[in-house]
Amino acid sequence: MTKLYMLVKRFLPIFLLATCSSMVLAQGIAISGRVTASDDGSGAPGVNILIKGTSNGTVTDKDGNYRISAPADAILVFSFVGYTSQELPVSSRTSIDVVLLPDVLTLQEIVITGYGEVKKKDATGAVVNMSNKDFNKGVIASPQDLIVGKFAGVSVTTNSGAPGSGSTIRVRGGSSLSASNDPLIVIDGYPVDNSSPAGVSNPLASLNPNDIETFTVLKDASATAIYGSRASNGVIIVTTKKGKEGKTQFSYNGTVSFSSLIKTMSVQSGDQFRALVGDLNTQNIAGIDAAAIAKLGTSNTDWQKEVFQTGVSQDHNLSASGSIKKLPYRVSYGYTDQQGILKTTSMQRQSLNVNFSPSLLDDHLKLNINAKGSYINNNFGDPGAVGAAVAFDPTQAIYDPAATQYGGYFSWLSKGSLQGPSNPVALLNQTNNQSSSNRIVTNAQAEYKLPFFPDLKVNVNVGFDRTSSDGYNRAPLTAAFTANSTGTLLGRNNTYGGRTQSELTDIYFAYSKQIQDHKIDATAGYGWQHFYREGTNTNSNTAQTTTTTFKNENFLVSFFGRINYSYKGKYLLTTTLRDDGSSRFSKANRWGLFPSLALAWRMKDESFLSGVQFLSDLKLRLGYGVTGQQDVGNQYPYLATYRTSDPRAQYQLGNTFYPTLRPEPYDANIKWESATTYNLGLDFGFLEDKITGSIEVYQKNTSNLLNYVAVANGVNFSNFITTNVGSIESRGLEVTLKATPIQTKDLTWHIGMNFTTYTNKITKLNLTNDPTYIGVFTGGIGVDAFIQNQQVGYPVNSFFTYQQVYNSSGKPQEALYVDRSGLGGVVVGNSLNKYHFNKPNPDFLIGINSRVNYKKFDFSFSGRLSIGNYVYNNVESGRAFYNGAYTLGYFSNIPTYVNDTKFVSQQLYSDFYVQNASFFKMDNLSLGYNLDQVFTQKLKARVSVTMQNAFIITNYKGLDPEVDGGIDNNIYPRPRVVLLGVNLTF
Amino acid sequence: MKTNLKMSSILSSVMVLLLMISCVGDLNVKPIDPRITTSADVYNNPAAYKQGLAKLYAAFILTGQVGPNGAQDVGGVDEGFSCFIRSLWNLQELTTDEAVWTYGNDANGTIFNLHYNTWVPSDGIPTALFARIMNVVALSNEFIRATAGSTDPDLKKYNAEARFLRALAYYYGIDLFGNLPFVTEANLPGAYFPPQKLRADLFTYVESELKAISTELGDPRFEYGRADKAAASMLLAKLYLNAEVYLAVGSTPGPAKYTECITEINKVIAAGYTLSPKYANLFRADNNLLTEAIFSQLSDGANSQAYDAMQVMIYGNAGNGGWSGLRTTSAFVGKFSTSVPVEGLSSSRAIFATEAQGQSLAMGNVAKSTDGYGVYKFRNITSTGANPPNSSSGFEDTDYPMFRLADAYLMYAEATLRGGAGGTTAQALTYVNAIRTRSGDVAVGNAPGAIALGQLSLGFVLDERGRELYWEGHRRNDLIRFGQYTGSTYLWPWKGGVAAGISIDPKRALFPIPAADLGSNPNLKQNAGY
Repeated sequence: MTKLYMLVKRFLPIFLLATCSSMVLAQGIAISGRVTASDDGSGAPGVNILIKGTSNGTVTDKDGNYRISAPADAILVFSFVGYTSQELPVSSRTSIDVVLLPDVLTLQEIVITGYGEVKKKDATGAVVNMSNKDFNKGVIASPQDLIVGKFAGVSVTTNSGAPGSGSTIRVRGGSSLSASNDPLIVIDGYPVDNSSPAGVSNPLASLNPNDIETFTVLKDASATAIYGSRASNGVIIVTTKKGKEGKTQFSYNGTVSFSSLIKTMSVQSGDQFRALVGDLNTQNIAGIDAAAIAKLGTSNTDWQKEVFQTGVSQDHNLSASGSIKKLPYRVSYGYTDQQGILKTTSMQRQSLNVNFSPSLLDDHLKLNINAKGSYINNNFGDPGAVGAAVAFDPTQAIYDPAATQYGGYFSWLSKGSLQGPSNPVALLNQTNNQSSSNRIVTNAQAEYKLPFFPDLKVNVNVGFDRTSSDGYNRAPLTAAFTANSTGTLLGRNNTYGGRTQSELTDIYFAYSKQIQDHKIDATAGYGWQHFYREGTNTNSNTAQTTTTTFKNENFLVSFFGRINYSYKGKYLLTTTLRDDGSSRFSKANRWGLFPSLALAWRMKDESFLSGVQFLSDLKLRLGYGVTGQQDVGNQYPYLATYRTSDPRAQYQLGNTFYPTLRPEPYDANIKWESATTYNLGLDFGFLEDKITGSIEVYQKNTSNLLNYVAVANGVNFSNFITTNVGSIESRGLEVTLKATPIQTKDLTWHIGMNFTTYTNKITKLNLTNDPTYIGVFTGGIGVDAFIQNQQVGYPVNSFFTYQQVYNSSGKPQEALYVDRSGLGGVVVGNSLNKYHFNKPNPDFLIGINSRVNYKKFDFSFSGRLSIGNYVYNNVESGRAFYNGAYTLGYFSNIPTYVNDTKFVSQQLYSDFYVQNASFFKMDNLSLGYNLDQVFTQKLKARVSVTMQNAFIITNYKGLDPEVDGGIDNNIYPRPRVVLLGVNLTF
Repeated sequence: MKTNLKMSSILSSVMVLLLMISCVGDLNVKPIDPRITTSADVYNNPAAYKQGLAKLYAAFILTGQVGPNGAQDVGGVDEGFSCFIRSLWNLQELTTDEAVWTYGNDANGTIFNLHYNTWVPSDGIPTALFARIMNVVALSNEFIRATAGSTDPDLKKYNAEARFLRALAYYYGIDLFGNLPFVTEANLPGAYFPPQKLRADLFTYVESELKAISTELGDPRFEYGRADKAAASMLLAKLYLNAEVYLAVGSTPGPAKYTECITEINKVIAAGYTLSPKYANLFRADNNLLTEAIFSQLSDGANSQAYDAMQVMIYGNAGNGGWSGLRTTSAFVGKFSTSVPVEGLSSSRAIFATEAQGQSLAMGNVAKSTDGYGVYKFRNITSTGANPPNSSSGFEDTDYPMFRLADAYLMYAEATLRGGAGGTTAQALTYVNAIRTRSGDVAVGNAPGAIALGQLSLGFVLDERGRELYWEGHRRNDLIRFGQYTGSTYLWPWKGGVAAGISIDPKRALFPIPAADLGSNPNLKQNAGY
């Protein structure tokens, strides 16, 4: 039944308070009873009971019991969000028990929109939401993990398997090229800054996932345009749990989990490598001679085994929720201790979340005060050990007792190579790389209903968000990897610190009026937000210490308005307008106007469909909107400024070193990037909403891209500047389906599926529209080496490669490529012979999840199918060739991939390495058991076992086919996690 | 009660309104970062002018505002490769017999096009240098505007130096690309397409600029690191020496300007520079103490760090414990070993890593770091062999000699031999032999030794320039001037992409206008043949 509790939406406490305050007025006979929920038979707390035709009523306690006085002929209305309301005549009874049936239609479900909320049935935009009952289970280190694979059109890719690692979130693939593609994140009404200080992974990371109540994603412009300037890449609205009226209820949630490596890279063993080196010597490959062979060791070291471990983690959360007199509150504390699978890496987080939501002045004034604090300790170790473990010579031992100057670790310095890679074990054990950060996000929202004009409410939201972090990265003087180019050990003592802060004021008026069939909701307001960032970085070793600092700020000021109009509840119109001012642009270009219009038609409510029994819901939506983008990193892209060089980039004139002054490139006319979106949506329900779903079709045109592009040389202070040039067109189709095939007292089965497909295409890239322009190279795979290219007519980040020639048996022929330009001569080196070959984005993304409740058991899974995503296998291209075995006086292991190609020298730009990485991932499998009464009547428990990253089905040869950006390069691997959990409520 | 509420709501509305007005004003921001100043304020402090000037010098060797890597000046390329003198060096040396690079994936897989003389307009390194040249022009224009019309003697000098540095950048543009977009201090920064100026017109412009500033610049060696009158004369002399190439119309050579060349060289020689007693000391960490260099780009292990040309030549060469990026070809080594008795491999100038260091003379594979001799002429040790104070930073103190007296002597000899008036062959022989008999090298018995007048031919001068000035960024320019670059007169390993070397097309005497520039400036026309 805790699920019910979690379902409660924000409006409920407000409503409860209204009813409670007038409870004393009720007259008549005393009635009592218990309300239970049909899906699990448990008592339903917080159910609203109203005497029909009055404003008198009560709510059930945490066990579902209630008492009320009502006239003997009264009718009681039992209602709860997510369940069908029931009206029962008292008929002089003194005991009435009620079983509530889930209202799958959830027409009453509230959808949070910007600066307000609407009933889901009245929503006009492409909005998807999810409450905590549907969140992913598992090791949820960061809130975005809760929604991986859950929404059509929303992709969440964890950046790596490191503890506390961030994620890349893309809504409809993003819409910018050089500017940020991150969606706007709004936490309890507070839009947060996407930038984080050094040592902090992302703006959501400091939130305790257990405190989150709902995730709402606004996808199309008609929904997001109310956030105007920051809405082009979608908006993600997070609400946290609130306190509820009633006796204090405690909840404890604890897990222990075990993370382990799923797969290791297949490389040569020590014996295999010695044999290989012998062969290469015979064949005179890689310059291996007797002197080189003498450097081989006699060991068989599995370096990957040496750097990885089984990580044991624990997570504890305790919350108390209830009310002190009439002050509803919720307090929660969370402690997470996560150990990484790479040795020495870990993360500890403590969080405290406090919420008060009182109503004052006869409920005319409602306050909602949130404070979220967290303290995170990260031990990053050295993730470079992952790649080093793949590459390090397996014939060498970990330790070299003679090498005391290197702390007893084997180092290539001992063998006379100044360039050799670092011993992976030394890298981990001798690195001390930690950071701690703390964050506080707090805001107070006040809603004041004007007593003389109750249709009008004034909302004020003020708050601030502050993150500060500091950290260090140290290594002792015996660390061989701190050697300079001549082999002198320098040690390392780098420290850094930073702070990001923002303050917010939003004021808006909300007017609501129903006149017969016409309903109008109007909102108009003003928003102000200030962002501030600073940081200091000190790099220090025995040779030199340099400190650099930075500081910047920017402001956003906005005026916004929205009108929702509905006629007979069937014809809905939403229009919004936002006028945004950004301090990033000059006075002339500062303000951007972002309109939107959406229409919806509740077709099911028309008489011609009322008789169609199998159809339970049908709504057609049409949306149009313009959104903006101004997040270009540089805070003053329009201002002519000079930048002073740091202490290591001074220039000597005479006997003095001068910090130099450089005029910075700027574009005085830089302005908003804007995206126009058209969205067509259809919401439907069949068989009393046992099957519901929606289909969205959209087209988005981004123009005046804030683009970092080559400009005419000589006219500005760099050859590349950020300016408005270029456009992208993207279109997509999204289908969401939810079904409840079985729903009986003992067995319920929910199944959900979402389907996403989208394509994008660059339609303009530079100022001249020169069709022969080769485009912009991107996707770095080494020093000044790129594998992707932005070009008109092709998808963003398309791979740009030479076309490999294969022999008749399908083997790639080394250094043979198709002369696509027909120019003859050497094919490699002439970019005209390169071609666009596939892209990192999948053609189709399908998320599947299901949940079965059988008596006291529950089972759920969630998985993703990605089709047509291609990955450039940089691990293979970077290492799988024989010449790589020995260079610059040291040996490197070679992946067994080399057996596929037998390449002697590196073929970095071959399309052979652009590999189909379609996959199915079973993200989560979870089994739970509910216990109603443990030890005492009051204690309820759920125990569960969950497996995260259970299995992957793919033909991709690398370790993990899910690679953000499409270049696979030895990231910290994502572990498989087995997790045991217990939830207690009392 | 109601009135009160009304009053309070009106009051609060007024307050809200005030709040809004004040907050809209917040949008007018000024940078708060202490490193950032607006253009309007930057020169409020007169001391800042010298920092602005320092940037123009730094733009030739440093790569951005954060050392050694960060806040880079030009984009679209790895910051280290974007270094002016490094990309200049790559184009002048890797395209010739003097230098070979090991790592073929660099510059987005296009760097071997330089060895193979197969470059195309989209290649990374020519694109980087083109951007660098125009970047120096743009930065100089800004500084020239800022210091224009000043009567302050220091500022007048700064202004002239900025014009020199702009002329220097244009000069390299003339040499490598021929025709360039043309902007001067009259063109304010903005978004427009500059016109293209042809090679001959740029020649005239650079010539007139250098003449105009010849009296404004400081006297020779007035302050270390700064361009002086001798530097301007040297640049002008180089322009004149190459006039037949730069002013050529099709295959018809341009007018010879060797007399003008000798006039300027004589000014340089008269300015009091002296040869370093020991050749090797010219390329060491304390080379700033010598008075042979006329104009250098300055390095410092602590305060001026970049992955510049010096860094690569010192730490990236083969056979010397470095990362083996650079070697040389047997054809170039032959300028020493096969020309005995003129100069053998034991000479003070043949500073090679040979078989003893694991290198082989032959080059079967361009990508193999042990094929070809290494060159470790440039070192980050002092003339006494000691480590300089900041050596452990991994960055060098060794300055990059762009113009030095030995070059001037050889230019004198060449211009005289080519018929220029104002010099004599006897004097030329004296100069050449001065280079070949440096007192410090004679003392240890490995000076190359004097030659007789009969040996002093144009062909000798070319080889002598190679032996004396190799790896100093002159080779391609020299080979072109002597007609040995394109065609098949002179073949070296991997010329034209073939191990034995083959003829290359005459169009290769110029690099193409980069594709990125054609794409961003419709006024630019591609060079002939590309």
